[in-house]
Amino acid sequence: MDKAVIETIRLNLYYGDFLALEEVNIRIHRHRITAIIGPSGCGKSTLLRCFNRMNDLVESTKVEGQILIEGEDILSDKMDLISLRKKVGMVFQRPNVFNLSIYDNLRFGLRIHRMMSEKKKIDEAVQNALEHVGLWDELKDRLKKNARTLSLEQQQRLCIARVIILKPDIVLLDEPCSTLDPVSTLKIEELLRILKRDYTIVIVTHNMQQAARVSDETAFMHLGKLIEFAGTAEIFSNPKEKLTENYISGRFG
Amino acid sequence: MIRERFANHIKKLENELAEMTALVASAINRSMEALKSRNIADAKQIIEDDAIINQKRQLIEDNCIYLIATQQPVAGDLREIIAILNIITDLERMGDYAEGIAKIVVLLGKEPLVKPLDYIPKMAELAVSMLNRSIESFLKRDAKAAGAICNEDDAVDALYDKTYQELIDCMIEDPSTIKKATYLIWAAHNLERIADRTTNICERIVFLVTGSMQTINVSKY
Repeated sequence: MDKAVIETIRLNLYYGDFLALEEVNIRIHRHRITAIIGPSGCGKSTLLRCFNRMNDLVESTKVEGQILIEGEDILSDKMDLISLRKKVGMVFQRPNVFNLSIYDNLRFGLRIHRMMSEKKKIDEAVQNALEHVGLWDELKDRLKKNARTLSLEQQQRLCIARVIILKPDIVLLDEPCSTLDPVSTLKIEELLRILKRDYTIVIVTHNMQQAARVSDETAFMHLGKLIEFAGTAEIFSNPKEKLTENYISGRFG
Repeated sequence: MIRERFANHIKKLENELAEMTALVASAINRSMEALKSRNIADAKQIIEDDAIINQKRQLIEDNCIYLIATQQPVAGDLREIIAILNIITDLERMGDYAEGIAKIVVLLGKEPLVKPLDYIPKMAELAVSMLNRSIESFLKRDAKAAGAICNEDDAVDALYDKTYQELIDCMIEDPSTIKKATYLIWAAHNLERIADRTTNICERIVFLVTGSMQTINVSKY
């Protein structure tokens, strides 16, 4: 078996007194798309947000156990959150482009991380990132336009480009297609399949068909616990746990 | 309940499957009666009625496609629909075997048989019993019963062996019987095939319940 890129060991997470994640042990593999599914409130987004410590932003959060990213304990006090979030990028439910030009949206992270200053290099990186997400041909002549003038699908692609321009190892996506129409959704899914050659992708989705279509491995969570984690074909054709079967076949949730 | 509509569709499919099984079992029984009584008119009716079985199969297939297209079934639901699609193919072919026996009745005409039917009606009885119980075990999700039915195929194979050998002996003894003896071998062979198709159904039931496809009993033929 491949070495895990992300590994959690007996991970517990509390919001105040509420136990949101309970004894989660998961190993996420390199260059795969891993989907996390489960009913609302099951902890799937919470788990995703653990992988780049976004939960730190939520007050009274307490985490127990270990989260290793490429073997490094990211819960350690020594962990530099800025570099962690560069390494583990995140795309959210709604495209959150900045009220800036397309070009400046992409340059933003490069500046924060002081990755490059030479204009030629930045231009190259911008082109590269836009090509990667399939936007270059459409947008190359209007990079100075405000990013908010783009369609939602283009905005979401731009958000993905904004993550990958920083050369992360891992891309986390929290319901990235929930505001998109079916065709845009399929296009984003196609993009994810291309991106997995270079990145490890973890996607939280409410849309089970999306998980079935796009992911290589699927994790099913319920009430804060990881119930089943297996190959996507296995989960959707012959899940081992009754709870998984009941959820994916619409008996609850 | 959120799945009520889906559950109703599945229930309807299962009822259709039970009805198709009854049609096929009846065709086998009637073809055997026609062979025993040499009733050409009945045989012709069985040949005509095979179209009803074929229509039933088409109807079930259409319903399966509709459910897959509109409900995106997964896991056990998906396996059930796939199992049904496979089972109706076996049932439809069993109907063809029954029709084949009826055609033999027509071919034999009114001439006397080369020898008594002996084991042939018994083969039909065993095959129909296996068939009926296989669909029962499908509806009850009883993989154990289904596995046991597969093993009964050996008894049908053994009767076929005897019938085959006896008819070969007839032909060796008197080559003028070759044509009529061959017809009876065909009839027996069709019954052997029916029982064998039943084992396919039983394997599908094991697949439905356990999620893994296994070959339980490999027929001699």
